[in-house]
Amino acid sequence: MNEFFMWFTRPENSKLFVLLLFFTVYGLILLYVFTGKKRSSRLESYKNIPFEEGDETAPQSKENEQ
Amino acid sequence: MAETSTQAAAQYNYDIVRKFTIMAMVWGVLGMSVGVYIASELAWPFLNFDIPGLTFGRLRPVHTTLVIFGFGGSALFATSYYIVQRTCQVRLYSGAMANFTFWGWQTAITLAIISYFFGYTQGREYAEMTWPIDLLITVTWVAYLVIYVQTLRRRSQPHIYVANWFFISFILATALLHIFNNWAMPVNLFSLTSYSYHAGVQDAMIQWWYGHNAVGFFLTAAFLGMMYYFVPKQAGRPVYSYRLSIVHFWALSFMYMWVGTHHLHWTAIPDWTSTLAATFSIMLLMPSWGGMINGIMTLSGAWDKLRTDPIMLFMITALSFYGMSTFEGPLMSLKSVNALSHYTDWTIGHVHSGALGWVAMISFGSIYHMLPRLYDTKLFSLKLVYVHFWLATIGIVLYISALWVAGIGQGLMLRAFDDYGNLAYTFIESVSFLYLPYVVRAIGGLFFVIGAIIMAYNLYMTVRQAKRDQAEIDAKLAAKMA
Repeated sequence: MNEFFMWFTRPENSKLFVLLLFFTVYGLILLYVFTGKKRSSRLESYKNIPFEEGDETAPQSKENEQ
Repeated sequence: MAETSTQAAAQYNYDIVRKFTIMAMVWGVLGMSVGVYIASELAWPFLNFDIPGLTFGRLRPVHTTLVIFGFGGSALFATSYYIVQRTCQVRLYSGAMANFTFWGWQTAITLAIISYFFGYTQGREYAEMTWPIDLLITVTWVAYLVIYVQTLRRRSQPHIYVANWFFISFILATALLHIFNNWAMPVNLFSLTSYSYHAGVQDAMIQWWYGHNAVGFFLTAAFLGMMYYFVPKQAGRPVYSYRLSIVHFWALSFMYMWVGTHHLHWTAIPDWTSTLAATFSIMLLMPSWGGMINGIMTLSGAWDKLRTDPIMLFMITALSFYGMSTFEGPLMSLKSVNALSHYTDWTIGHVHSGALGWVAMISFGSIYHMLPRLYDTKLFSLKLVYVHFWLATIGIVLYISALWVAGIGQGLMLRAFDDYGNLAYTFIESVSFLYLPYVVRAIGGLFFVIGAIIMAYNLYMTVRQAKRDQAEIDAKLAAKMA
Protein backbone atom coordinates (compact mmCIF):
# COMPACT_ATOMS: atom_id res chain seq x y z
CA MET A 1 0.00 0.00 0.00
CA ASN A 2 2.81 2.34 0.95
CA GLU A 3 4.42 1.66 -2.45
CA PHE A 4 1.16 2.74 -4.15
CA PHE A 5 1.22 6.15 -2.46
CA MET A 6 4.96 6.53 -3.05
CA TRP A 7 4.28 6.28 -6.79
CA PHE A 8 2.48 9.65 -6.67
CA THR A 9 5.46 11.35 -5.01
CA ARG A 10 7.80 10.71 -7.95
CA PRO A 11 7.92 13.75 -10.28
CA GLU A 12 8.20 11.62 -13.44
CA ASN A 13 4.76 10.12 -12.68
CA SER A 14 3.03 13.50 -12.40
CA LYS A 15 2.35 13.67 -16.17
CA LEU A 16 0.47 10.40 -16.27
CA PHE A 17 -1.37 11.10 -13.02
CA VAL A 18 -2.55 14.56 -14.08
CA LEU A 19 -3.45 13.31 -17.55
CA LEU A 20 -5.62 10.52 -16.13
CA LEU A 21 -7.14 12.81 -13.52
CA PHE A 22 -8.08 15.51 -16.03
CA PHE A 23 -9.49 13.09 -18.58
CA THR A 24 -11.53 11.26 -15.96
CA VAL A 25 -12.96 14.50 -14.59
CA TYR A 26 -13.66 15.74 -18.10
CA GLY A 27 -15.41 12.46 -18.97
CA LEU A 28 -17.55 12.80 -15.84
CA ILE A 29 -18.46 16.38 -16.81
CA LEU A 30 -19.55 15.14 -20.26
CA LEU A 31 -21.71 12.46 -18.67
CA TYR A 32 -23.20 14.96 -16.21
CA VAL A 33 -24.02 17.51 -18.89
CA PHE A 34 -25.50 15.19 -21.51
CA THR A 35 -27.42 12.65 -19.43
CA GLY A 36 -30.75 12.97 -17.63
CA LYS A 37 -33.72 14.65 -19.31
CA LYS A 38 -34.59 16.83 -16.34
CA ARG A 39 -31.02 17.97 -15.84
CA SER A 40 -30.62 18.70 -19.54
CA SER A 41 -33.70 20.90 -19.65
CA ARG A 42 -32.66 22.65 -16.41
CA LEU A 43 -29.20 23.39 -17.84
CA GLU A 44 -30.68 24.62 -21.12
CA SER A 45 -33.05 26.93 -19.25
CA TYR A 46 -30.06 28.97 -18.03
CA LYS A 47 -29.48 30.22 -21.57
CA ASN A 48 -32.32 32.70 -20.99
CA ILE A 49 -30.56 34.54 -18.15
CA PRO A 50 -29.39 37.43 -20.39
CA PHE A 51 -33.06 38.00 -21.29
CA GLU A 52 -34.31 38.28 -17.74
CA GLU A 53 -32.88 41.74 -17.23
CA GLY A 54 -36.01 43.71 -18.05
CA ASP A 55 -34.77 46.39 -20.49
CA GLU A 56 -34.66 44.78 -23.91
CA THR A 57 -34.40 45.82 -27.55
CA ALA A 58 -33.02 49.32 -27.75
CA PRO A 59 -33.42 50.86 -31.22
CA GLN A 60 -29.94 50.89 -32.66
CA SER A 61 -29.58 54.30 -34.23
CA LYS A 62 -31.27 57.58 -34.97
CA GLU A 63 -31.18 56.61 -38.66
CA ASN A 64 -33.46 53.62 -37.86
CA GLU A 65 -36.18 55.94 -36.67
CA GLN A 66 -36.28 57.99 -39.85
CA MET B 1 -37.46 51.50 -22.78
CA ALA B 2 -35.91 54.81 -21.70
CA GLU B 3 -37.49 54.37 -18.31
CA THR B 4 -36.15 50.84 -17.81
CA SER B 5 -32.69 51.88 -19.02
CA THR B 6 -32.66 54.78 -16.59
CA GLN B 7 -33.59 52.34 -13.83
CA ALA B 8 -30.75 50.06 -14.95
CA ALA B 9 -28.33 52.98 -14.86
CA ALA B 10 -29.37 53.71 -11.30
CA GLN B 11 -29.30 50.05 -10.24
CA TYR B 12 -25.91 49.20 -11.74
CA ASN B 13 -22.50 50.86 -11.60
CA TYR B 14 -22.26 52.02 -15.22
CA ASP B 15 -19.77 54.78 -14.46
CA ILE B 16 -16.84 52.34 -14.21
CA VAL B 17 -17.96 50.55 -17.39
CA ARG B 18 -18.06 53.87 -19.27
CA LYS B 19 -14.57 54.83 -18.11
CA PHE B 20 -13.02 51.52 -19.18
CA THR B 21 -14.87 51.62 -22.52
CA ILE B 22 -13.55 55.09 -23.33
CA MET B 23 -9.99 54.11 -22.40
CA ALA B 24 -10.28 50.93 -24.48
CA MET B 25 -10.95 53.11 -27.52
CA VAL B 26 -8.17 55.58 -26.67
CA TRP B 27 -5.56 52.83 -26.23
CA GLY B 28 -6.96 50.92 -29.23
CA VAL B 29 -6.53 53.82 -31.67
CA LEU B 30 -3.08 54.68 -30.25
CA GLY B 31 -1.85 51.07 -30.17
CA MET B 32 -3.09 50.22 -33.66
CA SER B 33 -1.52 53.44 -35.02
CA VAL B 34 1.82 52.47 -33.50
CA GLY B 35 1.35 49.05 -35.14
CA VAL B 36 0.92 50.64 -38.56
CA TYR B 37 3.97 52.82 -37.94
CA ILE B 38 6.25 49.90 -37.08
CA ALA B 39 4.82 47.86 -39.97
CA SER B 40 5.77 50.81 -42.21
CA GLU B 41 9.26 50.89 -40.67
CA LEU B 42 9.79 47.32 -41.86
CA ALA B 43 8.87 48.33 -45.41
CA TRP B 44 10.55 51.76 -45.31
CA PRO B 45 13.36 51.67 -42.72
CA PHE B 46 14.10 55.43 -43.05
CA LEU B 47 11.09 55.91 -40.73
CA ASN B 48 13.43 55.05 -37.84
CA PHE B 49 14.93 58.54 -38.31
CA ASP B 50 17.94 57.28 -36.32
CA ILE B 51 16.04 57.98 -33.09
CA PRO B 52 16.41 55.04 -30.64
CA GLY B 53 12.95 55.59 -29.15
CA LEU B 54 11.35 55.21 -32.60
CA THR B 55 13.08 52.00 -33.62
CA PHE B 56 11.13 48.78 -34.14
CA GLY B 57 12.65 47.17 -31.02
CA ARG B 58 11.40 49.96 -28.73
CA LEU B 59 8.02 50.52 -30.40
CA ARG B 60 7.03 46.87 -30.86
CA PRO B 61 6.31 46.31 -27.13
CA VAL B 62 4.55 49.69 -27.07
CA HIS B 63 2.24 48.37 -29.80
CA THR B 64 1.63 44.95 -28.20
CA THR B 65 1.13 46.37 -24.70
CA LEU B 66 -1.28 49.04 -25.92
CA VAL B 67 -3.41 46.72 -28.01
CA ILE B 68 -3.41 43.65 -25.75
CA PHE B 69 -3.50 45.20 -22.30
CA GLY B 70 -4.61 48.76 -23.06
CA PHE B 71 -7.34 48.08 -25.61
CA GLY B 72 -8.10 44.40 -24.90
CA GLY B 73 -7.66 44.66 -21.13
CA SER B 74 -9.80 47.78 -20.77
CA ALA B 75 -12.49 46.28 -23.03
CA LEU B 76 -12.49 43.17 -20.82
CA PHE B 77 -12.74 45.17 -17.60
CA ALA B 78 -15.63 47.15 -19.12
CA THR B 79 -17.59 44.23 -20.51
CA SER B 80 -16.98 41.91 -17.54
CA TYR B 81 -18.18 44.59 -15.09
CA TYR B 82 -21.22 45.15 -17.32
CA ILE B 83 -22.03 41.46 -17.78
CA VAL B 84 -21.54 40.38 -14.17
CA GLN B 85 -23.92 43.09 -12.94
CA ARG B 86 -26.61 42.39 -15.50
CA THR B 87 -26.52 38.59 -15.42
CA CYS B 88 -26.40 38.54 -11.60
CA GLN B 89 -28.90 41.42 -11.37
CA VAL B 90 -26.91 43.08 -8.64
CA ARG B 91 -24.77 46.21 -8.38
CA LEU B 92 -20.99 45.82 -8.70
CA TYR B 93 -19.24 45.27 -5.38
CA SER B 94 -17.37 48.32 -4.01
CA GLY B 95 -17.30 51.32 -6.33
CA ALA B 96 -14.07 52.49 -4.67
CA MET B 97 -12.27 49.24 -5.45
CA ALA B 98 -13.58 49.31 -9.00
CA ASN B 99 -12.15 52.82 -9.38
CA PHE B 100 -8.88 51.54 -7.98
CA THR B 101 -8.76 48.85 -10.69
CA PHE B 102 -9.36 51.57 -13.30
CA TRP B 103 -6.58 53.85 -12.13
CA GLY B 104 -4.22 50.96 -11.33
CA TRP B 105 -4.63 49.48 -14.80
CA GLN B 106 -4.34 52.78 -16.69
CA THR B 107 -1.28 53.80 -14.66
CA ALA B 108 0.41 50.46 -15.38
CA ILE B 109 -0.19 50.83 -19.14
CA THR B 110 1.07 54.44 -19.15
CA LEU B 111 4.20 53.65 -17.14
CA ALA B 112 4.92 50.61 -19.30
CA ILE B 113 4.89 52.48 -22.60
CA ILE B 114 7.01 55.31 -21.19
CA SER B 115 9.55 52.79 -19.88
CA TYR B 116 9.76 51.02 -23.29
CA PHE B 117 10.55 54.31 -25.03
CA PHE B 118 13.56 54.62 -22.73
CA GLY B 119 14.58 51.02 -23.31
CA TYR B 120 13.51 49.51 -19.96
CA THR B 121 12.13 46.03 -20.54
CA GLN B 122 12.33 42.54 -19.05
CA GLY B 123 12.84 41.17 -22.55
CA ARG B 124 9.97 38.70 -22.11
CA GLU B 125 7.42 38.73 -24.91
CA TYR B 126 4.07 40.22 -23.81
CA ALA B 127 5.56 40.55 -20.29
CA GLU B 128 8.04 43.34 -20.97
CA MET B 129 6.91 45.44 -18.01
CA THR B 130 9.58 46.00 -15.35
CA TRP B 131 9.14 44.67 -11.82
CA PRO B 132 7.56 47.75 -10.12
CA ILE B 133 4.87 47.80 -12.84
CA ASP B 134 4.39 44.05 -12.37
CA LEU B 135 3.73 44.66 -8.67
CA LEU B 136 1.17 47.36 -9.47
CA ILE B 137 -0.58 44.97 -11.88
CA THR B 138 -0.64 42.24 -9.22
CA VAL B 139 -2.38 44.47 -6.67
CA THR B 140 -4.84 45.74 -9.30
CA TRP B 141 -5.60 42.20 -10.43
CA VAL B 142 -6.26 40.96 -6.90
CA ALA B 143 -8.72 43.84 -6.44
CA TYR B 144 -10.39 42.81 -9.73
CA LEU B 145 -10.77 39.22 -8.48
CA VAL B 146 -12.22 40.36 -5.14
CA ILE B 147 -14.75 42.63 -6.89
CA TYR B 148 -15.79 39.89 -9.29
CA VAL B 149 -16.13 37.15 -6.69
CA GLN B 150 -17.96 39.41 -4.23
CA THR B 151 -20.39 40.53 -6.93
CA LEU B 152 -21.07 36.90 -7.86
CA ARG B 153 -21.62 36.03 -4.19
CA ARG B 154 -24.24 38.78 -3.83
CA ARG B 155 -26.15 37.82 -7.01
CA SER B 156 -29.96 37.76 -7.19
CA GLN B 157 -29.91 35.17 -9.97
CA PRO B 158 -29.41 31.63 -8.52
CA HIS B 159 -27.30 30.37 -11.45
CA ILE B 160 -24.00 31.93 -12.55
CA TYR B 161 -24.33 32.53 -16.30
CA VAL B 162 -21.61 30.86 -18.39
CA ALA B 163 -20.03 34.15 -19.53
CA ASN B 164 -19.00 34.73 -15.92
CA TRP B 165 -17.31 31.31 -15.78
CA PHE B 166 -15.10 32.35 -18.66
CA PHE B 167 -14.30 35.67 -16.96
CA ILE B 168 -13.44 34.02 -13.63
CA SER B 169 -11.23 31.49 -15.39
CA PHE B 170 -9.49 34.36 -17.21
CA ILE B 171 -8.92 36.29 -13.98
CA LEU B 172 -7.55 33.27 -12.08
CA ALA B 173 -5.34 31.99 -14.92
CA THR B 174 -3.95 35.46 -15.65
CA ALA B 175 -3.05 35.89 -11.96
CA LEU B 176 -1.14 32.59 -11.97
CA LEU B 177 0.62 33.31 -15.25
CA HIS B 178 1.57 36.85 -14.30
CA ILE B 179 3.05 35.89 -10.93
CA PHE B 180 5.08 32.87 -12.05
CA ASN B 181 6.38 34.41 -15.28
CA ASN B 182 7.45 37.65 -13.59
CA TRP B 183 9.08 35.97 -10.58
CA ALA B 184 12.30 38.01 -10.54
CA MET B 185 14.99 39.47 -8.30
CA PRO B 186 15.59 43.23 -8.77
CA VAL B 187 19.23 44.26 -9.16
CA ASN B 188 18.56 46.68 -6.30
CA LEU B 189 15.55 48.50 -4.86
CA PHE B 190 16.17 51.61 -6.97
CA SER B 191 16.81 49.82 -10.24
CA LEU B 192 14.24 48.94 -12.87
CA THR B 193 16.25 45.92 -14.01
CA SER B 194 15.94 42.44 -12.53
CA TYR B 195 17.01 38.81 -12.99
CA SER B 196 14.48 36.10 -13.73
CA TYR B 197 14.13 33.50 -10.98
CA HIS B 198 14.16 30.74 -13.60
CA ALA B 199 17.07 29.96 -15.90
CA GLY B 200 17.84 28.52 -19.33
CA VAL B 201 15.36 26.08 -20.83
CA GLN B 202 13.08 26.27 -17.79
CA ASP B 203 12.93 30.05 -18.17
CA ALA B 204 11.99 29.66 -21.84
CA MET B 205 9.31 27.08 -21.00
CA ILE B 206 7.85 29.26 -18.23
CA GLN B 207 7.83 32.24 -20.63
CA TRP B 208 5.90 30.32 -23.30
CA TRP B 209 3.64 28.69 -20.76
CA TYR B 210 2.79 32.31 -19.95
CA GLY B 211 2.85 33.51 -23.56
CA HIS B 212 0.47 30.96 -24.97
CA ASN B 213 -1.88 31.03 -22.01
CA ALA B 214 -2.01 34.80 -22.29
CA VAL B 215 -3.47 33.98 -25.71
CA GLY B 216 -5.60 31.19 -24.24
CA PHE B 217 -7.07 32.87 -21.20
CA PHE B 218 -6.64 36.61 -21.82
CA LEU B 219 -7.31 36.75 -25.56
CA THR B 220 -9.60 33.72 -25.90
CA ALA B 221 -11.45 32.67 -22.74
CA ALA B 222 -12.25 36.22 -21.67
CA PHE B 223 -13.43 37.27 -25.12
CA LEU B 224 -15.54 34.12 -25.26
CA GLY B 225 -17.19 35.42 -22.09
CA MET B 226 -17.95 38.58 -24.07
CA MET B 227 -19.25 36.48 -26.97
CA TYR B 228 -21.56 34.32 -24.81
CA TYR B 229 -23.33 37.43 -23.55
CA PHE B 230 -23.31 39.92 -26.42
CA VAL B 231 -24.01 37.58 -29.37
CA PRO B 232 -27.30 36.32 -27.85
CA LYS B 233 -28.24 39.86 -26.76
CA GLN B 234 -27.59 41.36 -30.18
CA ALA B 235 -29.28 38.44 -31.96
CA GLY B 236 -32.25 38.69 -29.60
CA ARG B 237 -32.22 34.95 -29.02
CA PRO B 238 -30.49 32.69 -26.46
CA VAL B 239 -27.25 30.88 -27.16
CA TYR B 240 -27.68 27.79 -29.38
CA SER B 241 -26.77 25.22 -26.71
CA TYR B 242 -26.06 26.00 -23.07
CA ARG B 243 -24.75 22.47 -22.48
CA LEU B 244 -22.27 22.88 -25.32
CA SER B 245 -21.06 26.10 -23.69
CA ILE B 246 -20.35 24.17 -20.46
CA VAL B 247 -18.36 21.52 -22.33
CA HIS B 248 -16.61 24.28 -24.27
CA PHE B 249 -15.57 25.96 -21.03
CA TRP B 250 -14.17 22.86 -19.32
CA ALA B 251 -12.41 21.55 -22.42
CA LEU B 252 -10.65 24.88 -22.98
CA SER B 253 -9.68 25.11 -19.32
CA PHE B 254 -8.25 21.58 -19.29
CA MET B 255 -6.38 21.75 -22.56
CA TYR B 256 -4.94 25.25 -22.95
CA MET B 257 -2.45 24.99 -20.08
CA TRP B 258 -0.47 22.23 -21.84
CA VAL B 259 0.25 23.75 -25.22
CA GLY B 260 2.70 26.64 -24.60
CA THR B 261 5.77 24.60 -25.46
CA HIS B 262 4.76 24.42 -29.13
CA HIS B 263 6.39 27.88 -29.34
CA LEU B 264 9.73 26.19 -28.67
CA HIS B 265 9.74 23.32 -31.20
CA TRP B 266 13.19 22.32 -32.47
CA THR B 267 15.03 23.95 -29.57
CA ALA B 268 16.80 22.49 -26.51
CA ILE B 269 13.56 21.54 -24.70
CA PRO B 270 12.87 17.85 -23.90
CA ASP B 271 11.29 16.18 -26.94
CA TRP B 272 8.30 14.82 -25.01
CA THR B 273 7.22 18.35 -24.02
CA SER B 274 7.21 19.29 -27.69
CA THR B 275 5.07 16.27 -28.63
CA LEU B 276 2.72 16.83 -25.68
CA ALA B 277 2.20 20.47 -26.67
CA ALA B 278 1.50 19.56 -30.31
CA THR B 279 -0.94 16.79 -29.27
CA PHE B 280 -2.94 19.08 -26.99
CA SER B 281 -2.89 21.82 -29.63
CA ILE B 282 -4.57 19.46 -32.09
CA MET B 283 -7.09 18.38 -29.44
CA LEU B 284 -7.93 22.04 -28.78
CA LEU B 285 -9.45 22.24 -32.23
CA MET B 286 -12.54 20.39 -30.94
CA PRO B 287 -13.60 22.75 -28.13
CA SER B 288 -12.59 25.80 -30.15
CA TRP B 289 -14.79 24.81 -33.06
CA GLY B 290 -17.53 23.65 -30.69
CA GLY B 291 -17.60 27.16 -29.22
CA MET B 292 -17.48 28.81 -32.63
CA ILE B 293 -20.38 26.67 -33.90
CA ASN B 294 -22.31 27.42 -30.71
CA GLY B 295 -21.87 31.15 -31.30
CA ILE B 296 -22.68 31.10 -35.00
CA MET B 297 -25.68 28.75 -34.60
CA THR B 298 -27.17 31.23 -32.13
CA LEU B 299 -28.22 33.07 -35.27
CA SER B 300 -29.93 29.93 -36.64
CA GLY B 301 -33.33 30.92 -38.01
CA ALA B 302 -32.46 34.62 -37.95
CA TRP B 303 -29.75 34.88 -40.58
CA ASP B 304 -31.61 37.78 -42.15
CA LYS B 305 -30.26 39.94 -39.31
CA LEU B 306 -26.93 39.93 -41.12
CA ARG B 307 -28.58 41.97 -43.88
CA THR B 308 -29.75 44.72 -41.58
CA ASP B 309 -27.51 44.72 -38.54
CA PRO B 310 -23.82 45.67 -38.94
CA ILE B 311 -23.14 44.96 -35.25
CA MET B 312 -24.18 41.36 -35.84
CA LEU B 313 -21.85 41.33 -38.86
CA PHE B 314 -18.96 42.25 -36.57
CA MET B 315 -19.81 39.43 -34.18
CA ILE B 316 -20.35 36.69 -36.75
CA THR B 317 -17.20 37.70 -38.65
CA ALA B 318 -15.31 37.62 -35.35
CA LEU B 319 -16.53 34.06 -34.74
CA SER B 320 -15.51 33.07 -38.27
CA PHE B 321 -12.00 34.42 -37.67
CA TYR B 322 -11.96 32.63 -34.30
CA GLY B 323 -12.70 29.39 -36.15
CA MET B 324 -10.09 30.11 -38.79
CA SER B 325 -7.28 31.05 -36.43
CA THR B 326 -8.02 28.11 -34.11
CA PHE B 327 -7.64 25.85 -37.13
CA GLU B 328 -4.44 27.54 -38.26
CA GLY B 329 -2.89 27.44 -34.75
CA PRO B 330 -3.03 23.63 -34.31
CA LEU B 331 -1.78 23.25 -37.89
CA MET B 332 1.26 25.43 -37.10
CA SER B 333 1.88 23.55 -33.86
CA LEU B 334 2.73 20.36 -35.76
CA LYS B 335 6.49 19.96 -35.66
CA SER B 336 6.81 19.48 -39.41
CA VAL B 337 4.75 22.57 -40.26
CA ASN B 338 6.47 24.55 -37.52
CA ALA B 339 9.85 23.78 -39.08
CA LEU B 340 8.70 25.89 -42.02
CA SER B 341 6.57 28.50 -40.27
CA HIS B 342 8.62 29.34 -37.18
CA TYR B 343 10.83 32.45 -37.35
CA THR B 344 8.81 33.67 -40.34
CA ASP B 345 6.03 36.23 -40.82
CA TRP B 346 3.42 33.48 -41.06
CA THR B 347 3.39 33.55 -37.25
CA ILE B 348 2.73 37.30 -37.23
CA GLY B 349 -0.09 36.82 -39.76
CA HIS B 350 -1.61 34.06 -37.62
CA VAL B 351 -1.49 36.20 -34.47
CA HIS B 352 -3.22 39.06 -36.27
CA SER B 353 -5.97 36.89 -37.74
CA GLY B 354 -6.77 36.07 -34.10
CA ALA B 355 -6.06 39.51 -32.65
CA LEU B 356 -7.74 41.65 -35.32
CA GLY B 357 -10.26 39.12 -36.65
CA TRP B 358 -11.42 37.66 -33.36
CA VAL B 359 -10.41 39.86 -30.42
CA ALA B 360 -10.83 43.29 -31.96
CA MET B 361 -13.95 42.46 -34.02
CA ILE B 362 -15.84 40.89 -31.08
CA SER B 363 -14.80 43.87 -28.91
CA PHE B 364 -16.00 46.36 -31.51
CA GLY B 365 -19.34 44.54 -31.82
CA SER B 366 -19.76 44.36 -28.05
CA ILE B 367 -18.89 48.04 -27.52
CA TYR B 368 -21.31 49.10 -30.29
CA HIS B 369 -24.01 47.09 -28.48
CA MET B 370 -23.12 48.29 -24.99
CA LEU B 371 -22.29 51.99 -25.29
CA PRO B 372 -25.75 53.27 -26.30
CA ARG B 373 -27.21 51.37 -23.34
CA LEU B 374 -24.64 52.85 -20.98
CA TYR B 375 -25.66 56.36 -21.98
CA ASP B 376 -29.34 55.56 -22.44
CA THR B 377 -29.31 56.73 -26.04
CA LYS B 378 -29.04 55.48 -29.62
CA LEU B 379 -25.96 55.00 -31.72
CA PHE B 380 -25.09 58.17 -33.68
CA SER B 381 -24.78 56.40 -37.05
CA LEU B 382 -25.32 52.83 -38.23
CA LYS B 383 -23.91 53.75 -41.65
CA LEU B 384 -20.57 54.52 -40.05
CA VAL B 385 -20.68 51.07 -38.40
CA TYR B 386 -21.01 49.56 -41.89
CA VAL B 387 -18.08 51.66 -43.13
CA HIS B 388 -16.03 50.53 -40.12
CA PHE B 389 -16.96 46.89 -40.69
CA TRP B 390 -15.84 46.85 -44.32
CA LEU B 391 -12.62 48.78 -43.66
CA ALA B 392 -11.75 46.38 -40.83
CA THR B 393 -12.59 43.24 -42.83
CA ILE B 394 -10.74 44.30 -45.97
CA GLY B 395 -7.81 45.42 -43.79
CA ILE B 396 -7.55 42.03 -42.07
CA VAL B 397 -7.77 40.09 -45.32
CA LEU B 398 -5.00 42.22 -46.87
CA TYR B 399 -2.91 41.85 -43.72
CA ILE B 400 -3.08 38.08 -43.32
CA SER B 401 -2.87 37.27 -47.03
CA ALA B 402 0.28 39.40 -47.33
CA LEU B 403 1.87 37.66 -44.36
CA TRP B 404 0.95 34.18 -45.62
CA VAL B 405 2.84 35.03 -48.81
CA ALA B 406 5.69 36.59 -46.81
CA GLY B 407 5.97 33.81 -44.23
CA ILE B 408 5.61 30.76 -46.46
CA GLY B 409 7.88 32.31 -49.10
CA GLN B 410 10.45 33.24 -46.47
CA GLY B 411 10.32 29.74 -44.92
CA LEU B 412 10.76 28.05 -48.31
CA MET B 413 13.67 30.34 -49.24
CA LEU B 414 15.49 29.76 -45.95
CA ARG B 415 15.35 25.96 -46.30
CA ALA B 416 16.05 25.69 -50.07
CA PHE B 417 19.25 23.91 -51.13
CA ASP B 418 20.92 23.57 -54.51
CA ASP B 419 22.19 20.29 -56.00
CA TYR B 420 25.45 20.60 -54.08
CA GLY B 421 23.85 21.07 -50.67
CA ASN B 422 24.52 24.82 -50.48
CA LEU B 423 21.80 27.27 -49.42
CA ALA B 424 19.97 28.34 -52.56
CA TYR B 425 19.33 31.90 -51.33
CA THR B 426 21.31 34.38 -49.25
CA PHE B 427 19.56 35.85 -46.22
CA ILE B 428 19.37 39.29 -47.86
CA GLU B 429 17.48 37.77 -50.80
CA SER B 430 14.79 36.59 -48.38
CA VAL B 431 14.66 40.12 -46.91
CA SER B 432 14.25 41.72 -50.37
CA PHE B 433 11.45 39.26 -51.13
CA LEU B 434 9.53 40.56 -48.09
CA TYR B 435 9.31 44.16 -49.32
CA LEU B 436 6.05 43.91 -51.30
CA PRO B 437 4.16 41.83 -48.69
CA TYR B 438 5.29 44.31 -46.03
CA VAL B 439 3.86 47.22 -48.03
CA VAL B 440 0.53 45.39 -48.44
CA ARG B 441 0.52 44.51 -44.73
CA ALA B 442 1.03 48.17 -43.79
CA ILE B 443 -1.85 49.18 -46.08
CA GLY B 444 -4.08 46.50 -44.51
CA GLY B 445 -3.20 47.78 -41.05
CA LEU B 446 -3.95 51.34 -42.16
CA PHE B 447 -7.44 50.27 -43.29
CA PHE B 448 -8.00 48.74 -39.86
CA VAL B 449 -6.85 51.86 -37.99
CA ILE B 450 -9.00 54.17 -40.12
CA GLY B 451 -11.97 51.94 -39.23
CA ALA B 452 -11.12 52.22 -35.53
CA ILE B 453 -10.87 56.03 -35.80
CA ILE B 454 -14.30 56.13 -37.46
CA MET B 455 -15.64 54.03 -34.59
CA ALA B 456 -14.11 56.39 -32.02
CA TYR B 457 -15.78 59.33 -33.81
CA ASN B 458 -19.13 57.50 -33.92
CA LEU B 459 -18.92 56.72 -30.20
CA TYR B 460 -17.86 60.28 -29.35
CA MET B 461 -20.86 61.67 -31.24
CA THR B 462 -23.12 59.13 -29.51
CA VAL B 463 -21.96 60.27 -26.07
CA ARG B 464 -22.22 63.94 -27.05
CA GLN B 465 -25.75 63.38 -28.31
CA ALA B 466 -26.66 61.61 -25.04
CA LYS B 467 -25.34 64.50 -22.98
CA ARG B 468 -27.20 67.03 -25.12
CA ASP B 469 -30.46 65.07 -24.76
CA GLN B 470 -29.95 64.86 -21.01
CA ALA B 471 -29.29 68.62 -20.82
CA GLU B 472 -32.55 69.26 -22.72
CA ILE B 473 -34.50 67.04 -20.32
CA ASP B 474 -32.91 68.78 -17.33
CA ALA B 475 -33.76 72.21 -18.78
CA LYS B 476 -37.40 71.19 -19.38
CA LEU B 477 -37.65 69.86 -15.84
CA ALA B 478 -36.14 73.04 -14.44
CA ALA B 479 -38.63 75.13 -16.48
CA LYS B 480 -41.55 73.09 -15.14
CA MET B 481 -40.34 73.41 -11.58
CA ALA B 482 -39.92 77.20 -11.91
